[in-house]
Amino acid sequence: MNTSVKIAGVELKNPVMTGSGTFGSGMEYGEFVDLNRLGAVVTKGVSNVPWPGNPTPRVAEVYGGMLNAIGLQNPGVDVFIERDLAFLKQFDTKVIVNICGKTVEDYLEVAEKLADTGVDLLEVNVSCPNVKEGAIAFGQKAEALYDITSRIKAVAKQPIIMKLSPNVTDITEMARAAESAGADAVSLINTLTGVKIDIEKRRFVLANKTGGMSGPAIKPVAVRMVWQCANAVKIPIIGMGGIATAQDAIEFLMAGATAVAVGAMNFVNPYATVEVIEGIGEFLQKHGIDDIHEIIGCVK
Amino acid sequence: MAQKKKEAARVMGQKQLAAGIFDLLLQTKLAGQACCGQFVAVYPKDKSMLLPRPISICETDRKAGTLRLVYRVSGSGTAEFSGLREGDSVDILGILGNGFPVQKAVSGMTALLLGGGIGVPPILQLAKEIGCAKNVVVGYRDAQCFLKEDFEAAVGGRDKANGEMGGVYVATEDGSAGTKGNVMDAIGANGLKADIVYACGPMPMLRAVKQYAQRENIPAYISLEERMACGVGACLGCVCKTTQVHHHTHVRNARICTDGPVFEAREVDI
Repeated sequence: MNTSVKIAGVELKNPVMTGSGTFGSGMEYGEFVDLNRLGAVVTKGVSNVPWPGNPTPRVAEVYGGMLNAIGLQNPGVDVFIERDLAFLKQFDTKVIVNICGKTVEDYLEVAEKLADTGVDLLEVNVSCPNVKEGAIAFGQKAEALYDITSRIKAVAKQPIIMKLSPNVTDITEMARAAESAGADAVSLINTLTGVKIDIEKRRFVLANKTGGMSGPAIKPVAVRMVWQCANAVKIPIIGMGGIATAQDAIEFLMAGATAVAVGAMNFVNPYATVEVIEGIGEFLQKHGIDDIHEIIGCVK
Repeated sequence: MAQKKKEAARVMGQKQLAAGIFDLLLQTKLAGQACCGQFVAVYPKDKSMLLPRPISICETDRKAGTLRLVYRVSGSGTAEFSGLREGDSVDILGILGNGFPVQKAVSGMTALLLGGGIGVPPILQLAKEIGCAKNVVVGYRDAQCFLKEDFEAAVGGRDKANGEMGGVYVATEDGSAGTKGNVMDAIGANGLKADIVYACGPMPMLRAVKQYAQRENIPAYISLEERMACGVGACLGCVCKTTQVHHHTHVRNARICTDGPVFEAREVDI
């Protein structure tokens, strides 16, 4: 049975990766899962210099999901390469580094520093709803997305995946802009912007007021957007949003995703990634499917 | 370091200690590796509530393989836990956090152990493990002084204070038991002195403890809390501000779930 898939020429042993920001740089979850089993590890967003992130509270639970407004706290690309990347390279899994910045130049600096480090793919975060400058500003207008995609593509040594925001009128327009600017793949969805109010204290629960919603409650929205984008672009799609089980992941594959990511559910079930991998294998076997490509995009 | 695991724990019993305060005894293999000041994350069965609830460990019996959790019902997750009965199963993630550095209190010192409100429970295991002379000060809203008898049994009771033993002192906000006021008021009223302080409680109390320790020029180990998601250091949801750039995060932030919950008071900007 073949479960391997290719994203921009990079072969993953299976289609399951981690959602950026939900798996640290793998170290924290290495205690729970064998990282060698994952199709890829997608790291938390990395910027050119250390970012302190937002004030707390940064997380809140909502019905069937959660809100976060971490604000892309990270130690910066230099520490990342020296410590986190060195750790990840010990494992037989592909490494996808999520990069973020306040300006296009910030992104370019990170991409350049990662050029010769053995990273397999770059995922460009143009969709984080929780930082004031950069990030989502590049991901909500097709022209801005086209511009940043083409500029990063020009300097990046690795293939680039543009991570799209669902907080737009028409996500297919964004996927097309990324594709036409030379993106090698798109990943979607990032979190949906939400708000939770503490009615006793009459104030926002999150210090940032708004946060990004993730978790099982957003899955139908995510599957819909993956399906729409699969019908709009030819580049591979990495689908994510509320995946908790293999059945969830298979929905995304059938909607047209070549690979999938387990995100917030890592927080709930630290074994989720491996359980999804095993469950996909069982599903294929049960239905006598020899190659996972038989189900990718099978629902038009 | 012991490996963290998610596993099903068996409920050995539960009772109510005070208004909204519950005492849950769990049997779990994880108990064997638990240290005082660490915590577990407990999962609601209702799947609309995704995240496990971090709850401090009140007592550990490593031989019996049990953890005692004393918690306050503060939302729908903990309300669900309060309905757990003997024989039920509940998923937990643990053992989490760094715990109190018991070894910092050495023979010849007098340790001051402070608990406020729902910060009282983790002080109990600490009181049992601290080897030197010690005094416990616990603060409550009112005369529902949950765990007070347990502290007296563990520490020796204030009347028996001698040598390696110590006293248990109470403060209540409404003055219905012990000193009227907070734990700092009880320290003053009883003229307590210390060479080292350990504390868990609400942020205003921990700020006062930090100031007290600075004034007395003694070390203080304080246990912090924050809204948490993963509990294992990945999501960066539960950070606190640090006074210096932290060695792991490389910014002035530390993760309460893994770098803490216990910090030397001088390390954190609270």
